[in-house]
Amino acid sequence: MWQALRKPTFIIPALSAESGIAAFLTQALAIAAKDVRSEIRSREAVSGSLVFALLVMIIFNFAFDLEGEMAEVAGPGVLWVAIALAGMMGLGHVFAKEREQGGLQGLLLTPIDRGAIFLGKMTGALLLTLALEAFLLPLFALFSNVSILSPGLMVVVLMGTLGFVTVGTLFSAMAVTSRSRELMLPLLLLPVATPVLLAAVEGTRFALQGEPWSELVPPLTMLAAFDVVFLGLCPFLFEYVMEEMGA
Amino acid sequence: MTGTAGVVQTSGNGEQAAASVWDIEAIGVWKTFGSTEALRGVNLQVSPGERLAIIGPNGSGKSTLLKVLATLLRPSAGTARLAGLDVQSQAFEVRRLVGVVCHQSFLYSDLTTLENLEFYGRMYRMPDPSERARQQLRLVGLEAHADVLGRDLSRGMQQRLALARALIQEPPVLLLDEPDTGLDQRWAAFLVDLLAEAAGQGRTVLVITHNLERSLDLADRVAVLNNGKITFTAKRDELDVASLKEAYLHHTGAVG
Amino acid sequence: MIAFELPAVTPARAKTGLAILALTLLLAALVAAFVVAPTEREMGDVQRIFYFHVASAWTAFLAFFVVFLASIAYLRTKTPRWDIVAASAAEIGIVFTTLTLISGSVWARSAWGTWWTWEPRLTTTLMLWLIYVSYLILREMVEEPDRRAAFAAVFGIIGFVDVPIVFMSIRWWRTLHPQVVGSEGFDMEATMLPALFLSVIAFTVVFLHILILRAGLERSRHEMMELRRRARWIQEGGG
Repeated sequence: MWQALRKPTFIIPALSAESGIAAFLTQALAIAAKDVRSEIRSREAVSGSLVFALLVMIIFNFAFDLEGEMAEVAGPGVLWVAIALAGMMGLGHVFAKEREQGGLQGLLLTPIDRGAIFLGKMTGALLLTLALEAFLLPLFALFSNVSILSPGLMVVVLMGTLGFVTVGTLFSAMAVTSRSRELMLPLLLLPVATPVLLAAVEGTRFALQGEPWSELVPPLTMLAAFDVVFLGLCPFLFEYVMEEMGA
Repeated sequence: MTGTAGVVQTSGNGEQAAASVWDIEAIGVWKTFGSTEALRGVNLQVSPGERLAIIGPNGSGKSTLLKVLATLLRPSAGTARLAGLDVQSQAFEVRRLVGVVCHQSFLYSDLTTLENLEFYGRMYRMPDPSERARQQLRLVGLEAHADVLGRDLSRGMQQRLALARALIQEPPVLLLDEPDTGLDQRWAAFLVDLLAEAAGQGRTVLVITHNLERSLDLADRVAVLNNGKITFTAKRDELDVASLKEAYLHHTGAVG
Repeated sequence: MIAFELPAVTPARAKTGLAILALTLLLAALVAAFVVAPTEREMGDVQRIFYFHVASAWTAFLAFFVVFLASIAYLRTKTPRWDIVAASAAEIGIVFTTLTLISGSVWARSAWGTWWTWEPRLTTTLMLWLIYVSYLILREMVEEPDRRAAFAAVFGIIGFVDVPIVFMSIRWWRTLHPQVVGSEGFDMEATMLPALFLSVIAFTVVFLHILILRAGLERSRHEMMELRRRARWIQEGGG
């Protein structure tokens, strides 16, 4: 049994051949993979948020009678409200799992760049939210009788989700320390993510109306600006948030 | 009964040597949380290959001290070093060299024991995480439970898995916060042997325990932490259980 | 003993001097706005609120710029002083933002006949208000002081960076959903400039004055907590 406990060297223990960026990405990927695997096994986040999104869409349907003209006017807004609310449920889980057994402290103890933790968590959250949308969009098409088979729509949804999840991951880390986690996340995220929702709704509207790519450029530019700014800023700020998570 | 009350000699003038005389070192470490002072000027030195046990009442700051040494918390004042590396400015390097066991198990309940260890193996950048994970499972006798989910493990098994995880990168320094809770007699004895073996191989161990008797089995030296300060320290050879109990009561009495 | 950095104490004379300056400028601005500036042709006297509306809007943005800078300073230095400045500036900023919203609403009513409109600047001001109210609620919800300061600083930085993006997106959205309201509703004349100028300066000085007072108040509170802690330490035989 003791052979496994080899004599330590006081030089840095043998690491894998990868270094720098490769190691960064490998670690981030490992975190994302762990989160996805964990979610597949427990199905907490996705099932809850999916049902919630469905309920939101159904209730809006009764409120606005989303057929014909109304579908065009209110449809995109309803869709993105459902995505935002359900997405926030999922985002709440991103760090909640880590709280259970102190997984976050366990991660912070390892020689991992905090930015890699952010990237991994964000990627995991992004994949799960996209999975949610993969269910939601066909249902939306069903309810409002529109076609969602538009590449423009896919791009809008992708870029909008990216922006939302980026800032959402950062705020989720902050919210998880609070007892009123479900309150804090929307409080922080919704005001800040307004441009995303705005541009995504309009972009969705154009795409569903079959507008050419030239019409989609303005909302996509808006989404791109948001994504770029916050993808740059959030990992950096995340390190400061992680410093406060040791206790 | 002999023993040194109060503070041990402070080391040097604060320069960072590549190979320090001490493997674990705290110099005047303070930690405050708002208006709560958890640590009030802790001075501590542990030599390479030495095992130090820290005992103290609840709320004395034991876990906080461990977290500062493990780079989870920054000291509000003072310095701390592990293997000669400063825990604040060289935190990244320190993390490679230290293995930690805490109250929380750091385990993921939806992953199997093997997956948990593989994951940490990757985080510690081990060359072959899967193989390493299996080795660690063998080390703590959990290889038969490789496919058991974290949430289905008993407390004792969780502790053993936590030990396996702490040792996965073969760290020269071990920090353990009450690793003996939840272990039955057999595995508690295993823990004692493990730490003895580790120290024999040159590893430095700092273990927190509230079991006074076991502290003498686990360590070469014992220190009492009370009210955020080290108030007593003595070598194991200088003590027996009775005198340790007496010293403990004396140094954790009414006034800190 | 832990060193404890606080904002330097502003000498009492400077504080009084600033107060007098603020008061003087405010009076001058009032005079300029109500007496010196001409009555506007179309809107009448209601237009005079414009001077204070612009001034409070400017001051609100200045306040949040201060929050932004103080947040960055806090994250880099981790000294409580910057957290105090950020929190104080945010509180005061919300007050000025509220004033902007109210004066803007009054303006909208008289110029365009509606109490509210989703006009880009008004809407952005509303979003700004929401972001900084969230900032203060965040501070309330985090108990541990170091964590509170760090989280608030992070949110303060993100909030400030976000505001221009919010403005651009709302302005673009408005081109898609034009509302009844049009331009300013009146023509600016040269004789209006002194009133505008004075209002802006007056409000800025008032802001600085209140900021110093508020930060000083917070500083005193911290000092008192520190003194209590030292007293307890001595009492317990520390040292």
